[in-house]
Amino acid sequence: MKKKYEVWTFITWIFLALFGLFLIYPMFGILKQSVISSDGRFTFEQFGKFFSTPYYSSTIQNSFVVTIAVTAVTLLIGIPFAYFYSFFQLKGSKFIFVVSILCCMSAPFIGAYSWIMLLGRNGVITVFLKDAFGIKLGSIYGFGGILMVQALKFFPLVFVYMNGAFKSIDNSLIEASANMGCTGVRRFFKVIMQLSMPTILAASLLVFMRAFADFGTPLLIGEGYRTFPVEIYNQYLGENGTDHNFAAAISVIAIIVTAIVFFIQKWATNKYNFSINALHPIQKHKPRGVAGVLMYVYCYGLIALAFLPQLYIVYLSFRNCDGAVFKPGFSMVNYEKAMKKLLVRSINNTMIFGIVSLLIIIIFAILIAYLVVRRPRPLNHTIDTLSMLPYIMPGSIIGIALVIAFGKQPLALTGTMAIMIIALVIRRMPYTIRSATATLQSIPISTEEASISLGAGKLKTFLKVTAPMMGNGIMSGAVLSWVAIVTELSSAIILYNNKTITLTMSTYAAISRGNDGLACAFAAILTVLTAISLIIYLAVTKSEDIKL
Amino acid sequence: MSVNINVKNVIKKYGDNTVIPDLSLTIREGEFFTLLGPSGCGKTTLLRMIAGFNSIEGGDICFNDKRINDLDPAKRNIGMVFQNYAIFPHLSVRNNVAFGLKERRLPKAQVIEDTNKFMKLMHIDEYADRMPDRLSGGQQQRVALARALVIQPDVLLMDEPLSNLDAKLRVEMRTVIKEIQNSVGITTVYVTHDQEEAMAVSDRIAVMNLGVIQQIGTPKALYQRPANLFVASFIGRTNIFEAKLVLRDKVPTLVFEGGYAVPVGHVLPEYQKEMPVKVCVRPEELVISNTDEGVDARIDDSVFLGLNTHYFVTTADGIKAEIVQESQIDSIIPKGEHVRLTVKREKINVMTEDGSTNILQGVQNDLEKKAV
Repeated sequence: MKKKYEVWTFITWIFLALFGLFLIYPMFGILKQSVISSDGRFTFEQFGKFFSTPYYSSTIQNSFVVTIAVTAVTLLIGIPFAYFYSFFQLKGSKFIFVVSILCCMSAPFIGAYSWIMLLGRNGVITVFLKDAFGIKLGSIYGFGGILMVQALKFFPLVFVYMNGAFKSIDNSLIEASANMGCTGVRRFFKVIMQLSMPTILAASLLVFMRAFADFGTPLLIGEGYRTFPVEIYNQYLGENGTDHNFAAAISVIAIIVTAIVFFIQKWATNKYNFSINALHPIQKHKPRGVAGVLMYVYCYGLIALAFLPQLYIVYLSFRNCDGAVFKPGFSMVNYEKAMKKLLVRSINNTMIFGIVSLLIIIIFAILIAYLVVRRPRPLNHTIDTLSMLPYIMPGSIIGIALVIAFGKQPLALTGTMAIMIIALVIRRMPYTIRSATATLQSIPISTEEASISLGAGKLKTFLKVTAPMMGNGIMSGAVLSWVAIVTELSSAIILYNNKTITLTMSTYAAISRGNDGLACAFAAILTVLTAISLIIYLAVTKSEDIKL
Repeated sequence: MSVNINVKNVIKKYGDNTVIPDLSLTIREGEFFTLLGPSGCGKTTLLRMIAGFNSIEGGDICFNDKRINDLDPAKRNIGMVFQNYAIFPHLSVRNNVAFGLKERRLPKAQVIEDTNKFMKLMHIDEYADRMPDRLSGGQQQRVALARALVIQPDVLLMDEPLSNLDAKLRVEMRTVIKEIQNSVGITTVYVTHDQEEAMAVSDRIAVMNLGVIQQIGTPKALYQRPANLFVASFIGRTNIFEAKLVLRDKVPTLVFEGGYAVPVGHVLPEYQKEMPVKVCVRPEELVISNTDEGVDARIDDSVFLGLNTHYFVTTADGIKAEIVQESQIDSIIPKGEHVRLTVKREKINVMTEDGSTNILQGVQNDLEKKAV
């Protein structure tokens, strides 16, 4: 067959143009701003300033230290959790699973905020312990707080990954090692952990990237412990003297650092990947004796601790409150205040942005997946790589890049709904693209060939056969995209204004103004919204194979 | 409307790797034609070239006189059954079968009528409204077949359609396929690596190896007069003996190790000369002799299978061989016993020493030899 003109070639070029305009061009803008001074000279002095001033360069060190600590702690608490879950018949295991997912998909800063309400300077527990027993708790602000909040938020990532790995272990391997006299803890370390090594690696790098780019947590609870993403934000929009060129320079450094981590992850997962076919899945044992009780205490204790912030926020939202002071008794007063503070607009915006972005994401993801899987050409792989770039970039950088690119004519989009949607699509598309690509790869091409040989043209086959078959698989990615869109903070904080305010931004605005009752009301609505989305999703998929 | 398929000097390359160097064959109208060969021999590649899913790097493929090389697969009017059935998982059985008819924009009434007719023909009418995930492998197979046939294609292509079924169903389905093909009378190209399956369904078989057709012929011709050593050992089982061809009183005669001599008058005239040869003897063509004549051998083992008894022997010069004998009422020959083996002279085949050519008369090979 000769190479004929195909509609897909056209689509390839459209995507290249779109990514060029909305991703490459803004990124180039950041790069340009980082090396061109305000009077138009080419200079590396911004980079020099960053690395020579400990005040700034310490942020990168801080970020690394706290992120490595978070990664270690999530592994430490996540792996035993996953082991108990996968190898034992715990009662309420479905519940454990759902709650874990809810914990790690919650809005990025609500956990931090809630812990402040519990353990902060005026936190209930802090105050209670001081008044009742005279015990003074250490400060939750800074390193310890970031570590605790992020570890409790990200350990479910380790859990979901490890659960997948444990399920792929064939029971006969477990029996074989028992046969050769290797059981219990020894077996856990010598066999099970060894078999799961690639997954442990993948999970820890994922946690690392998430924690490193996390903006909301250190913003609220970090205080003097200044991290990288927060510094970018401060330099760009902060209260004390902004320097856009310097912010751009830090952004470039951040992109390079995360890109390096990302490529290490890709390299490592490829290198250490070996697949085992589990013909006989692990047989779960009944937990017995003291060990059994301890397992229950551990698992339920951990999810209770991780889920506590969300419950507490919802609880607080119904408490009487006057400004920053919660009073006894319950009422809807916070919600009434929220109504006056753009609640309706926030919800409307959140839903409109969410639905429009999601529709665009789904259509784009299906098309991109098709290009990558069924038309594997260099240009299409370029599109795939481009679409994954935002996955590794801190959100505030994308926000800044878009402002730089579209802040002036001819494309003055800043402040419009369009730019919010563009940011959300760029940032949250990778989830759906990945699940769409994976789904399409698992669909044998012969199904499409069958359709073609029955007389349906290529485009018709795509619309009538390929796209519907991808439906289910795309759903899982789309829900993750949706939840991430709804809880988006880091890029929105740069781009939003009064007209395009979302639930997340309203929450953040209320928190930063010290309006706790109001903040709790917004946060509660956000929490419930994400929880409902996830529960619907988990009920529909019935599967534990979630790609986070 | 059935067609004949003319494949002329086609070449298939993947990059620099040539999978099919130069292949020609003719498939007759209404014929059940099978491409048979070990995995990786290029048979599926060839089938997909006919279907239009593989590009053609050289040569022509014609339906009747119409060259189809560059014809869009959707316009070739081909019915295809895939190895994994390729049933649309999101459509019911009825909609799967009706898919091709709807694509042809036939009137609604006719779509319904034809769909019903073929579902009935394939005995799947009772599952018409089921979704494919609730069908067994055999039922999915029937849906795939109905879907391929309902559009009244010129050609039916089947790519190892039975390989995903269990042994019993495979035997059952191959009968179904053969019967349907007979009643519809459509030119069919069938790909399989299972020689028994090929023999059971085919009018003619092309045996392929390494992208080259070794022999084309009826199942009987392939089995009884294989064109070369590869065909002989790929179709059925074959014991291979070394022997010398000599002329005794001008009669070509095989002389085995140890002096056992068998006159073979039906050697092609051009090969009637002294030379070393390979003798292909199928297990049922070996006879355990009561006389002193024959090749000396020792019984290694025996397997009693009811109808037949298999003996595994080693000859005096160390060749392992298998013998199939109709089971006798008296006892099985014990292990270690020495016996004499003779051959059924009309049935055995004699190859040149390199195994490339059968030197007997009566070899049917429809393979078009290239003019040198």
